Amino acid sequence: MSAETVEKAIAKKPAEALLSKRRKKLISDPLVDDNPVTIQVLGICSALAVTTQMKPTLVMAIAVIFVIVMSNFVISLMRNTVPGRVRIIVQLAVVATLVTLVNELLKAFAFDMYKELSVFVGLIITNCIVMGRLEAFAMGNKPYDSVLDGFGSALGYSWIILAVAFFRELFGSGSLFGLPIYDYISGLFGPDFTLATNGLMVSPVGAFMILGIIIWVQRTKTGYVEH
Amino acid sequence: MDLFNLGIRSIFIDNMIFAYFLGMCSFLAVSKKVSTAMGLGAAVIFVLTVTVPTNWMLNEYVLKEGALVWISPSLAEIDLSFLQFIMFIAIIAAMVQLVEMIVEKFAPALYGALGIFLPLIAVNCAILGGSLFMAQRDYTLAESTVYGFGSGIGWLLAIVALAAIREKLKYSHVPNGLKGLGITMLLTGLMGLAFMSFMGIDL
Repeated sequence: MSAETVEKAIAKKPAEALLSKRRKKLISDPLVDDNPVTIQVLGICSALAVTTQMKPTLVMAIAVIFVIVMSNFVISLMRNTVPGRVRIIVQLAVVATLVTLVNELLKAFAFDMYKELSVFVGLIITNCIVMGRLEAFAMGNKPYDSVLDGFGSALGYSWIILAVAFFRELFGSGSLFGLPIYDYISGLFGPDFTLATNGLMVSPVGAFMILGIIIWVQRTKTGYVEH
Repeated sequence: MDLFNLGIRSIFIDNMIFAYFLGMCSFLAVSKKVSTAMGLGAAVIFVLTVTVPTNWMLNEYVLKEGALVWISPSLAEIDLSFLQFIMFIAIIAAMVQLVEMIVEKFAPALYGALGIFLPLIAVNCAILGGSLFMAQRDYTLAESTVYGFGSGIGWLLAIVALAAIREKLKYSHVPNGLKGLGITMLLTGLMGLAFMSFMGIDL
């Protein structure tokens, strides 16, 4: 085959747009229709415990986005060289390394947050979404697509835990991101007007209930029924 | 007596599911039948009871700051605790592989029923969580063994109870959007409410 025909063969297949329709779907699907938490029932493990306040939840969400995107990228690069039998161990090693990185960064630059999140940063390793995306997508797709897919799933996860945290912090502590919303409101109506916080929301029970209700609302909207 | 208290505490008060949300994935996915839930719970008890003390030894003699002194006093400065996550998860993955082989050999029916969730015990947050809590709370070897065993029992208790409820739930009319995961979350919340009463126990 001469050099010319090779060039033609390459030219015949134009490169896919950086954000083609298919790639946009990779990001948008996990947000609602195929949400990793509410539809696929993954990654509920480590996240609910940190959702009593918005701030740690946000940090957790960012950490998870970083870990999923990076691990999807790395595993996708290695997908053709890793033998099938040892892939779980390889995946765990990659994820554990990334989580260690996040943990050390938190320890160095945000020590208070590190103390507050305690073991739950380490538990990102066992977040089922991370392993789920690696197994289901990154092992069989190109790096760029895998990054987009990981980003989409992580965003889908993030907005759910942020929503849970929003209700738990607002009703449980009467604040948002540490701002005392309840105090502001009662300030508007004079000293006799007080809003009581609901201690149940701070307890794990509140998290289960809120998530259950979010799932209910979301599934009613999308029309998804589990059998 | 302290050990006994710790055991009770890890089963009821610090329950893996109801207090720390650990191991929720398999808790929700394998709780449709009591027998399967029982099998997975037993596997979790075994893996927790083995991995927590093993990881304790690893932490105490290799990873902690100054832990390598037993090799030579010149190593007292070395702090390998940043390797904690990787080492813990490696031990856990190896143990799970072992359990998988044992179950496949001696209880093929259970092996078939547990399916993908047996290897997934490796990524069950309850297992890694047990080891991380052990390291954070500075347990002794005996304490960490009791803690691992107790947490496993607590997890089994929770998943079997939920499976029993869900078996009955099959015959009731649940709104479409709430079917499956939704109602299970609410149920777990209600069960958690019941478990909260154990917090009143003063140990």
